[in-house]
Amino acid sequence: MQRIGVFVCHCGSNIAATVDVKKVVEIIKNEPGVVHAEDYQYMCSEAGQAKIIEAVKEHKLTGIVVCSCSPRMHETTFRNAAARAGLNSYMVEIANIREQCSWIHKNIEEATEKAVILARAAVAKVNLNTPLFPGESRVTKRALVIGGGIAGIQTALDIADAGYEVDIVEKTPSIGGRMSQIDKTFPTLDCSACILTPKMVDAAAHKNISIYTYSEVENVSGFVGDFTVDIRKKARSVDMNKCTGCGVCQEKCPSKKTPSEFNRGLSNRSAIYTPFAQAIPNVPVIDREACIKFKTGKCGLCAKVCGAGAIDYEQEDEIVTRKYGAIVVATGFDMIKLDRFDEYAYSQSPDVITSFELERIMNAAGPTKGHLERMSDHKAPKDVVFIQCVGSRCSDERGKPYCSKVCCMYTAKHAMLIRDKYPDVNVTVFYIDVRTPGKNFDEFYRRAVEEYGVHYIKGQVGKVIPQADGSLLVRGVDLIDNRQILKKADMVVLAAAIEPNKDVRKIATMLTASIDTNNFLTEAHPKLRPVESPTAGIFLSGMSQGPKDIPETVAQAGAAAVKVIGLLAKDKLLTNPCTAKSDELLCNGCSQCANVCPYGAISYEEKLINDHGIKETRRVACVNTALCQGCGACTVTCPSGAMDLQGFSNRQIISEVDAICR
Amino acid sequence: MSINEEFRPNIVAFCCNWCSYAGADLAGSSRLAYPADVKIIKVPCSCRVNPMFILRAFEKGADGVIICGCHPGDCHYSTGNYYARRRMKLLFSMLDFIGVEKSRVRVEWVSAAEGVKFSQTMNEFVETVTKLGKNVRLEDLRCSK
Amino acid sequence: MKMTDEYKKEKVIEISGSAPSKCMKCGKCSASCPNFDNMDIKPHQFVSYVLDGRVDELMESVTLFKCLSCMACVERCPRNVKPGKLIDAARQLLIRQKDKNYLLADSVPEMCKDEDVPQQLLVSAFRRYKR
Repeated sequence: MQRIGVFVCHCGSNIAATVDVKKVVEIIKNEPGVVHAEDYQYMCSEAGQAKIIEAVKEHKLTGIVVCSCSPRMHETTFRNAAARAGLNSYMVEIANIREQCSWIHKNIEEATEKAVILARAAVAKVNLNTPLFPGESRVTKRALVIGGGIAGIQTALDIADAGYEVDIVEKTPSIGGRMSQIDKTFPTLDCSACILTPKMVDAAAHKNISIYTYSEVENVSGFVGDFTVDIRKKARSVDMNKCTGCGVCQEKCPSKKTPSEFNRGLSNRSAIYTPFAQAIPNVPVIDREACIKFKTGKCGLCAKVCGAGAIDYEQEDEIVTRKYGAIVVATGFDMIKLDRFDEYAYSQSPDVITSFELERIMNAAGPTKGHLERMSDHKAPKDVVFIQCVGSRCSDERGKPYCSKVCCMYTAKHAMLIRDKYPDVNVTVFYIDVRTPGKNFDEFYRRAVEEYGVHYIKGQVGKVIPQADGSLLVRGVDLIDNRQILKKADMVVLAAAIEPNKDVRKIATMLTASIDTNNFLTEAHPKLRPVESPTAGIFLSGMSQGPKDIPETVAQAGAAAVKVIGLLAKDKLLTNPCTAKSDELLCNGCSQCANVCPYGAISYEEKLINDHGIKETRRVACVNTALCQGCGACTVTCPSGAMDLQGFSNRQIISEVDAICR
Repeated sequence: MSINEEFRPNIVAFCCNWCSYAGADLAGSSRLAYPADVKIIKVPCSCRVNPMFILRAFEKGADGVIICGCHPGDCHYSTGNYYARRRMKLLFSMLDFIGVEKSRVRVEWVSAAEGVKFSQTMNEFVETVTKLGKNVRLEDLRCSK
Repeated sequence: MKMTDEYKKEKVIEISGSAPSKCMKCGKCSASCPNFDNMDIKPHQFVSYVLDGRVDELMESVTLFKCLSCMACVERCPRNVKPGKLIDAARQLLIRQKDKNYLLADSVPEMCKDEDVPQQLLVSAFRRYKR
């Protein structure tokens, strides 16, 4: 029989206001196995922990039940306290009487009764607890960053500077991401490429960073400290080692009709291409779907003009398998498709564009060489209308329920840049709210209004009607003036909602990292662990976690890097001792458990078994505790009841059920 | 109306550690009330829930049992909730035969971000079970002699 | 029975199947309305009128019979608030008042002569009084 001590926490008034803690102590004292029970203001405090340690020594306790907040908050705290008192730390159980009792119930009588039942269940479980000892696993001192945008680059640089090796896997032919497509950045209006490209060069030149562009993560196995990742290096059809980046192949390529991804489809590119001039690596790829050689077998012009002999039509995809200790997801974002917003005529008129397209139009290296032009007739517009919240804050299935956060600021930026460069162009912004929380953000927006004369109208646009003369008619409302507005425009810019990169779901599934209903990656704790995934060893950086601007992305990238460095700095990790364990005497060698195990942790061995004096060789299941993550799938599958999960054994759970149903 | 006359069901909820238990915590920290009749048992994954646990609960006098896990595809252990889904489907299909109404059991997917869903689910489930009334205890009649 | 403001508010919400509290006041309803200029209470104001319990004012408004029931506002609303259904519900509340039948079946043909009566209203009247 265990000697159990029960410690009931008041949590100030958080628990004590709705649960009669004194009464809980009185009742729980009579439970079998309980030899000591007490309550205290803050059990997690230094003094509270001292009380536990003291009680363990005084009453020779063998098990501890703490009735307090969620085990997700303080289980580790109390386990450490038990260890300091000389107990095995897995002899501690938490009864969650705050999140799952006092905070949700109002009636004191009911809440107290429930608290007693929860405490009883925990006592019943501790009665059957056995000391557990965590094993050790090694840490591979190398990190993987998925995504080569500013988030991924910054994370990789920070990790590499600390002396650890990092690999960046980027899907497109070059690192740089969305930031490389942006023209200017708010609120300082400095050129995006000018601040990004040095970082790209740093990353490429860093001795600790390896960059895999035009590559994708294909498969992930393993766990924190010891991930094994298959990276598919897609065939570039160009030899990276031979290519000098002279660009002749791109000039001579006869297939020039493919919409440029980099210019958001506003211009065309050749079949052999680098996305942009400052691409890293500066080695083109052949788009095999557009290439005449690959489609018809006739052409081969690029191979003929290439002085370095770098073109290799025979090149095949290559799978690289590497081991990593930590993985950072920095897959970034895209803008939602607008084909379901018919009212804004995006698919009908080339002069209705998204903000990202405007970003390319305003860029000196963009499709119009930086001149503000209508895409239909390449004339300069006289009236430009911006529409905010297109698909953001939208509760139907056409859009996204969240605020995309950056649109208010980039719209102010665009409006300001247009008025600065073309003072005779009228700029009107239809907005619902202007949201500018951030350093120098509101000042920036006010400058757009006060100094640059951008016309802000509070209200939305109901319809954009393309006219026969090529202009656009915008019907909106001015809510302050209580007036409907019909406005002629030459160009309409839509601030489309932001969504996570569409590949993130596939990647999250591979990593078993959870994502929310909007496909953003979930944090381990929304406030206190914002750059970690609930899955150990997986970290979050940039827009893949939620909408944010560049400084926030860089800050988060640094934070994720610190977490990775903290992990890689360890030589060994303690493994979860709550692993499956097979009873050799009961196992009948049916292999059911091995079939359901997602980690391949169960193997079969021929073993000499001594079954009550009968010695024979049997085929029995053996669990590799280093691989087992303790899900328990095998325990339920096992037909003979040989498999059990330590820390959550059949008897423990049944005793909890019994305690609740008593 | 006195408290004694009012039937209060006893409900056991199995919540997986990674999604639903965190969802329950979120319901708590968001102060989203649900009846005190629900008592949560933490399991590492919904696939840890042995059908025997559910029968045991009914045997010991529980009026309802609910199993909560991560959404399909989001399981922390990749595939655990798929096993749970199949096992429970099979168990539930036999409950009528044993003499337990099917609506006394339920499987729900609640993510760590869905505090609201957790609270709503529990409110609905308690209502359903309350309407059904007291469960007839599963007992082995041979033992009662 | 006398209808209280609170009763009317609940009734309008019930009949319309709308969720006025979801409104984020973006004004897209008014921006979409083809008959905006002929209304005294504009579509984006319906929500506040209902939430404030000022259904009476809606029932007495010019808008009540100027709304074309084209449902452009319902279609475009990003929050699924259904302002058009709110005014529809207010209209029904007016018409269905006991002993105060504002629109008698016999009066419909006479009203057809009035050129200001919107087409949609006539169609819906025919639909309602057909049997």
